[in-house]
Amino acid sequence: MPTTTQKSELKCYHCGEQCEQDSLAIGEKIFCCQGCKLVFEVLAENNLCTYYDLESFPGESQKSKTSRANRFDYLEDQSTVDQLLDFKNERESHVSFYIPLIHCASCIWLLENLYQVHQGIISSRVDFIKKKVQVKFLNEGISLKELVGLLSMLGYEPKISLAAIDQKKTSTVDRRTVKRLAVAGFCFGNMMLFSIPEYFSEAELIAENFRGLFNYLNVILALPVVLYSASDYYLSAWNAFKQRQINMDVPIVLGIIALFFYSLWEIFALGNGGYMDSLGGLLFFLLLGKVYQQKTFATLEFDRDYKSYFPIAVTRLVQDREEVIPVTKLEVGDLILVRDEELIPADSLLMSSSASIDYSFVTGEEVPVLKRKGELIYAGGKQKGEAVILTVQKSPSQGYLTDLWNNEAFEKGKEKLLEPLSNRISGVFTWTVLIIATGAFGFWASSDMPLAVKAFTSVLIVACPCALAMSTPFTLGNSLRIFGRSKFYLKNASVVERMALIDTVVFDKTGTLTDPKRAKVDYQGDPLSEETKSILKSLVSRSSHPLSHRINFWLGEIPSLNLDGAEEQKGKGIQAYYKGQLIRLGSAAFTGFSSSHSKEIGNYVYLVIEGFEIGYFRILSGLRAEAGQVVKSLDPAYELHLLSGDHPHEQASLKEKLGPSIHFNFLQSPSDKLDYLGKLNQFGRQTLMVGDGLNDAGAIQKSRVGVALTDTITHFSPASDAILDATAFHLIPNFLGFAKQSRKIIKLSFGLSFLYNVAGVSLAVQGILSPVICAVLMPLSSISVVVFTTLATNVVAWKRGLLTPKNN
Amino acid sequence: MEVIFLLIAVSLVLAITFLVLFFKAMKGGQFDDDYTPSIRILFDNHKKTTKKDQPTKPKSYE
Repeated sequence: MPTTTQKSELKCYHCGEQCEQDSLAIGEKIFCCQGCKLVFEVLAENNLCTYYDLESFPGESQKSKTSRANRFDYLEDQSTVDQLLDFKNERESHVSFYIPLIHCASCIWLLENLYQVHQGIISSRVDFIKKKVQVKFLNEGISLKELVGLLSMLGYEPKISLAAIDQKKTSTVDRRTVKRLAVAGFCFGNMMLFSIPEYFSEAELIAENFRGLFNYLNVILALPVVLYSASDYYLSAWNAFKQRQINMDVPIVLGIIALFFYSLWEIFALGNGGYMDSLGGLLFFLLLGKVYQQKTFATLEFDRDYKSYFPIAVTRLVQDREEVIPVTKLEVGDLILVRDEELIPADSLLMSSSASIDYSFVTGEEVPVLKRKGELIYAGGKQKGEAVILTVQKSPSQGYLTDLWNNEAFEKGKEKLLEPLSNRISGVFTWTVLIIATGAFGFWASSDMPLAVKAFTSVLIVACPCALAMSTPFTLGNSLRIFGRSKFYLKNASVVERMALIDTVVFDKTGTLTDPKRAKVDYQGDPLSEETKSILKSLVSRSSHPLSHRINFWLGEIPSLNLDGAEEQKGKGIQAYYKGQLIRLGSAAFTGFSSSHSKEIGNYVYLVIEGFEIGYFRILSGLRAEAGQVVKSLDPAYELHLLSGDHPHEQASLKEKLGPSIHFNFLQSPSDKLDYLGKLNQFGRQTLMVGDGLNDAGAIQKSRVGVALTDTITHFSPASDAILDATAFHLIPNFLGFAKQSRKIIKLSFGLSFLYNVAGVSLAVQGILSPVICAVLMPLSSISVVVFTTLATNVVAWKRGLLTPKNN
Repeated sequence: MEVIFLLIAVSLVLAITFLVLFFKAMKGGQFDDDYTPSIRILFDNHKKTTKKDQPTKPKSYE
């Protein structure tokens, strides 16, 4: 009922946000802003109000949207358009957009009904998990720029980044492996059927003339397995062989060759059954393990570099005329215009009188920094407030931050850093098997030559590395899933192995251990008048000290005043004259503040005017609630380091909360952080780096395992090995412990498959191996290893608190 | 007993057909997105939605 609607219940019909007034209304439907109302009107006009029936308040608030009309002008640039399109012919074009805002059924419905909004759109399809939409449109009907404009008007602005343009995305699921698995499974199943008479050869199930046919069919079915399904293993084994190494695939290839040729010999020369079904089973289970390990988190990107963050287009000023060009065409010396909330794409000099730059993107520090005319502004900052004009000093690919990416740490993958456990074991395994096989051959050779050959090949066949090769992928694959369920997303399975060896944990401070949003400022002393506040505002906005930022933030949006003779002593304080009075703000020693006050934890900043002690600010760093507990529980087992770009003013209070054993390093630039990790690595430490900002990107890359901490996993995170949701921060010790345990599980399951091999080999050396034993032993060992690793990882995860029902 | 030859041929042809169908489905992208279709099927087709505008079979995602 409209009459009983209370003020507090005014919710925007589009986005569900509280509305302050009901002036924007259509009938009973109230809107919080013009943007939301506009979207509704467009949808209503096109008969698309089902959007609002599927979910309540499906829209995104349109309040903060930048509505600059020429924002998408760069999409008129034909080369940019061509790079974005998936497909184009004379009639139609196809394009895929990444739209992070897709979040509910209504979104899917609306985006798939775009053709009802605009005649030029043929059809569109949403991939909800990847948050992507593919649109097919008529070239005559709508341009790409208009399409993006339409989507953005509806509240679904596509995220178009440089990286997406640079490289066309590849399919995340490895279809080739799945195809190989399908072929192996098909052949394996049929071969088992044709082998049944062989299993029950004593029972004479079937007439003799069928046996030959069945065996020949088995050979035909084995060919695709040997030639197609197994081809990756030959390649990998050959590569290892060329480098004089033995990896897991060498014994596998050895087994495949022995099985195949021995079976050929048995079938054609002796007219026996052979072991083709076991060969099919071997590859089927191996490939199954491979696919299981390939768990990917489709929406997360682990390999982002600066290109993913930088804007795709920038406004350039040419003779006072604005033109929008792609960032790649930006040149040194260009004048660019950066508006409110826009990112600075390249290191530039400020030409406007002042700018307020938010570097949160880079440092995690969310208080904007005041810059004056002529100062250098680094790429990655975001302008807050009115538009500013800048002169580009360096090309976007060579700025202060992007230089990090030219470091060699970014060039090579980390996979080669650690030789997987399975590779080291398989070396021993291969040699042992070869020695046993030749031993058995030598033993029988003098008395019974055919038996000697049989024993030799039987050992190679039965010492199947199948179970051995499967324990690693299944343990790691399952660990990956368990981590993912606890909101810790690993790039691939090899990260679990590297995590197990970690002995040093390095934290970034701002944004990782501390949360700038939780910082608290308390003022004690004489009440501050509006004038005093304005004086303070102008004082602190001159300083780049983090404590000044805190106070600046606390003061809020108030006008600042003109001060005379302002002067900052780095790390001590700042002073200025106002109407002839000396105002000092800073440490007790600097200001001369001597009155006693409570000495609780925190940083103190004192205010003294003309020698009168007015009061002091007590500032608490917004340490994450769990930070202390996490650090303390890691303490005895791991060496701990803390890297911070800030001043060391918080060291005392941090030490108190985090314990004494952590190594503090302040005033670290992004490349200092990278070098610091490099040094730790040189000392043989296995490092885990937890960071959040772009300034940690180098360190994250240099560490053995780099973890990016983030509040919204689909949004911003630097290139890393793993992405950790901030809500799971307190689980870091559990994750590390679990990774160690999974390594133990791999070792245990190696032991288990070793037992099977001993049993099989002891039969083989006596030359009494039969197809039945082989057919039973092989799947049994594989399946039991899979069951063991899966159960064991689940039990361990449950004990470590990673598999609570809540997480499921 | 000779009928077994025929049965074997039939079973192999059948199995190969399924394998080929599986490849076709995979190439067409049917396994790329296993979540969205579960939501899509619940949408009502409104009268305004004309059949010829709507793609009738899943199109590839390449």
